[in-house]
Amino acid sequence: MRRSLTTVAVAAALASTLVVAGCSSKDDSGGGGGGATGGSTGGSSALSIQPLVQIDNTGKEVAASDASGAADPAGDGSAKCSDVSLAMAGALTGGNAALGLNIYNGAKLAVDEHNKANADCQVTLKKFDTEGDPQKATQVAPTIVSDKTVLGLLGPAFSGETKATGGIFKQAGLLSATASATNPGLTTNGWSNFFRGLGNDNSQGAAIAKYMTDTLGYKKVCVVADNQDYSVGLADVVTKTLGSAADKDCAASVKQGDTDFSATVQIVKSAQADAVYYAGYYQEAAPFVSQLRSSGVTLPFISDDGTNDPEFVKQAGDASKDAYLTCPCGPAPSDFATKYQASAGKAPGVYSVEAYDLVTIMLKAIDSGVTDRADMVKFFAGYDGQGVAKHYKWDSSGELASTTTWVYQVK
Amino acid sequence: MSAVLLHEAVGSVHAAIATDVIDFDSHRLFSNFWALTVEGLSYGAIYALVAVGYTLVYGVLRLINFAHSEIFMLGMFGQYAVLWGMGFLPRGNAYDEGIALTVMYIGIAMLGGMLVSGGAAVGLERVAYRPLRKRGAPSLTFLITAIGASFVLQEFVHFVLPLLTDHKFGGLNAQQPIRLVQETTVFTFFGADVTNVDLVIVVAALVLAFAVDRFVNATKFGRGIRAVAQDPVTATLMGVSRERIIMLTFLVGGLLAGAAATLYTLKIPNAVIYSGGFILGIKAFAAAVLGGIGNLRGALLGGLLLGVMELYGQAYFGPQWRDVVAFVVLVLVLLVRPTGILGESLGRARA
Amino acid sequence: MTTTTASVPAGKNRPYSGTGDRLRLWWDAQARPTQWLIGVPFIVFIAFLPVLRIPVLTTVGTDFGGVMAQFGMIALVAIGLNVVVGSAGLLDLGYVGFYAIGAYTVALLTSPDSPWNLTDQWLSQRWAWLFCVPIAIAITAISGLILGSPTLRLRGDYLAIVTLGFGEIVRLLADNLTTITQGGRGLQGVAFPYFGGTDKNPDGVFSAGNSDAPWNSGLWWFWLSIVLIVIVLLVVGNLERSRVGRAWIAIREDEDAAEIMGVPTFKFKLWAFMIGAAIGGLSGALYAGQVQFVVPTNFNVINSMFFLCAVVLGGQGNKLGVILGAFIIVYLPNFFQGRTSLFGIPIDGNDIAGYKYLFFGIALIVLMIFRPQGLFPARQKLLAYSRGLYQAARRAALGGDRATSAAAVLADGPADASSDVPGAGTKDGGDR
Repeated sequence: MRRSLTTVAVAAALASTLVVAGCSSKDDSGGGGGGATGGSTGGSSALSIQPLVQIDNTGKEVAASDASGAADPAGDGSAKCSDVSLAMAGALTGGNAALGLNIYNGAKLAVDEHNKANADCQVTLKKFDTEGDPQKATQVAPTIVSDKTVLGLLGPAFSGETKATGGIFKQAGLLSATASATNPGLTTNGWSNFFRGLGNDNSQGAAIAKYMTDTLGYKKVCVVADNQDYSVGLADVVTKTLGSAADKDCAASVKQGDTDFSATVQIVKSAQADAVYYAGYYQEAAPFVSQLRSSGVTLPFISDDGTNDPEFVKQAGDASKDAYLTCPCGPAPSDFATKYQASAGKAPGVYSVEAYDLVTIMLKAIDSGVTDRADMVKFFAGYDGQGVAKHYKWDSSGELASTTTWVYQVK
Repeated sequence: MSAVLLHEAVGSVHAAIATDVIDFDSHRLFSNFWALTVEGLSYGAIYALVAVGYTLVYGVLRLINFAHSEIFMLGMFGQYAVLWGMGFLPRGNAYDEGIALTVMYIGIAMLGGMLVSGGAAVGLERVAYRPLRKRGAPSLTFLITAIGASFVLQEFVHFVLPLLTDHKFGGLNAQQPIRLVQETTVFTFFGADVTNVDLVIVVAALVLAFAVDRFVNATKFGRGIRAVAQDPVTATLMGVSRERIIMLTFLVGGLLAGAAATLYTLKIPNAVIYSGGFILGIKAFAAAVLGGIGNLRGALLGGLLLGVMELYGQAYFGPQWRDVVAFVVLVLVLLVRPTGILGESLGRARA
Repeated sequence: MTTTTASVPAGKNRPYSGTGDRLRLWWDAQARPTQWLIGVPFIVFIAFLPVLRIPVLTTVGTDFGGVMAQFGMIALVAIGLNVVVGSAGLLDLGYVGFYAIGAYTVALLTSPDSPWNLTDQWLSQRWAWLFCVPIAIAITAISGLILGSPTLRLRGDYLAIVTLGFGEIVRLLADNLTTITQGGRGLQGVAFPYFGGTDKNPDGVFSAGNSDAPWNSGLWWFWLSIVLIVIVLLVVGNLERSRVGRAWIAIREDEDAAEIMGVPTFKFKLWAFMIGAAIGGLSGALYAGQVQFVVPTNFNVINSMFFLCAVVLGGQGNKLGVILGAFIIVYLPNFFQGRTSLFGIPIDGNDIAGYKYLFFGIALIVLMIFRPQGLFPARQKLLAYSRGLYQAARRAALGGDRATSAAAVLADGPADASSDVPGAGTKDGGDR
């Protein structure tokens, strides 16, 4: 009896407040303006990640390369080939699917452009889902290898699965060109078929560390990293290169999936440092920087290519303002961004450009008459040309001969 | 005891390798002591509210409602949807609506979260647990069902909800935050900044906790809950509808989880994600056990203690040890004092 | 847990009437040599499934051999977990911890990334894996002892949560002790057994590089795991038929009663825990060898739940049932992965595979309500009776004259025993 009365009362109260609220609060839905008094926060929608400067491994500025001569997957339209395909392996479902999809969409754009221009050479792009899980990758890899039409593989996407499957592709002599696995150890295994389409953690970490100490003049930096392969490696390099500027007392390690960084924030807050470096992905970087700012820490925030994603700005809002983000990847040229948007239905993300470039090189190989896996690997080893993101030329280990890092800033 | 050994073994392995894997930084702990305490209390208050849900259900049914963490997660989505419905679009920055309106919006969002959580909890009881009770299933069957329900609720939000809502809610990634309050320092306390959000959380949690305590200890329904917890058969003979009491228990637990979810998203607006309840739920359960499961006040005490200890632990050992600290505390408490600190059952708890 | 009464209508006097039961009675009635004669070809047939590559059965997006290798490992895990959950009735939600310890033991001893790598000092890479497997088993058994000795005094639900905590602690330790385990970077280049190296496969058939379907490394790992499964089944089966097994069942059915009847319950629970842990460790060692790369993210709680799913789905207490359960949870998602059409009907297999946790969650709830004993339920056998009795039971069951035969004992025995589910007599179970 009494219970039902209370329920009715609660429901009535709720309904009435909902009505009131529904009538009164639409004012905020109009783009970005902060309602009645949100003047100071009004600029959030204007924030975006802007390229700042390109630096080399010692943190020195280098001039941006000219992307106008970039290789075009369309070629001259006269290529002839039959029954060839390229494979893409990476996480397409599961918790790490976002990066895999960025890569897939970039690759698909290149293949589509090629197929549209070359009626006599239709290349199929086959996607293989590893879920980012090494064991799954070992089950997927034999399927890729035993498909004899596959001439080249874009991937694997993550360092862990690459470690687990590298031997498989090596033994099969299948080109394995990764657009995203940045663990430095991958090129030390003697995998002659492995090519990395971007700088590894060593180059990015060293570059930004030098940039922080030399150009930005930080004397004391807190290095925070999450527990993922990529982040741990990167943080290691950054800490080493920073040397005495890396403050051990405020170095912290968090976990993938964390949203509550209160202890880390307290540690950083009491450390009197000049800057915070975060190695990890935007999923954690966004709440971390928000919590730093809301507890009054105004130190400069520097992070990596995992954070270099429009989502970071969307999630963190003004807290992301002025953050420096690095990437071994160059900014997506605007016409690439337009094409990508039209093809994938969203803005290019991290590694999309690399995937596009690498697949373009594979397609060029096919257009030039490559018909088996060994020739494909040879083509890569001898390749020297401009891509949309950067200049591609590999050394004997499969690392890019010259790597540069881009520094971006949220403005 | 041998968990202690395990811990020591780890410690000695550690000492042998002598590195920076564990920090053992007492300076960091003591210099930030009050700041950590304040933060810890505000997280602890949230744990406490969730823990009440575990403790009530356990007290009445002797069942660990493993899926309670997912009820909490649904609460986060509930309040998010209500905010969205009121015209707050997600964005990186906080809205600034003035104190009075903000409090009202939070209140409405909280009611929304509570309704979703409470409804989900009652629904869960209906769909998953009641058929088992009718069949007189053993307790492990309940636990396995609860694990199944936990999967289902998570995956529902992960896969099905986005399809139903045109990809507005749910899915793989965290929801873009809706921030109602910009966290700002209200006053300083022994060098520790106490923010408006901390205050709201602790005050709201205390009010809710007090209300539940009164509800259980001083109302007719509360008497029913206590009676069923003490002796279901006799309670039934005395005219207490057991089914009704069980439903009520799930409802109260769910409502509190929804409230906790709203408070939690005030603190961490980015936390609205399908997997966001799991670890928090385990910790809330640990809190309930810590205080004495089945004991209402124990849950509150346990929650606050766990919240604070977790932050001390993070400062002392390093942030990566947070969950280890929580689990080790749970294991140790169970070994040393299996009935928890206050260790009384719901039925015997006196006002 | 393995109660059978719930599904048997009270009025029906033929509790042994299902196909499964007939099969079981028939099987039990066969002489040992006959059982081997039938069993061995069957196992060989299963072993050659990945070679035969039967059209619809063969997975599309992933390599069938690799999938079967994973099935072999999970089947081992399920058998081990079944000892703990099914036989002794101890709910262990942290079983993945043992799997992780097994994998990490092998990885730490043989990976070049590890500080404790033995292969560069005195152990040849070829024999390293084989050498490490017994060590892995021993270490997981010891860790089972370490976890079990304090926690097994806790009952039911509490034990479940503490073991859950244990599983997480193991993973977090692997993640945090970066100087030993490399943390999130993982340990690469784990040793694997060297066997049958040729020019084409210089590292032998077990190396990941051996990828030519169908005779690829996945198949070899599957075969290895079949051998291990058979050995483990023999060991566990013998244990179950011994005093140990009877003690486990007594504990599962009513711990207090067992204690009063003189069963040292704590000791036998500890045994169950250690044996279960050791089998989990063995499986982990297989994992480390096959994937050759070990990283903490593969050992999170959700895997524990997955293992439990295999056991519950298959039928707790039924060793062969849980193997089928393992097959279901490993094979089904892979069956759909990468498949674009099934029997001509277009489907989006990747999507369906992605829903696996949803389906398994629903399956758990539905099973617990309608068939808590699992898809392939265990019948409680009166273990002390001999084969002769089963033969008598079979004759009786087939002849229909059960009133005076031993079948009555058999048929009624379980019904009586199973009404006495864990905790039924105590306050917490009986009043639900």
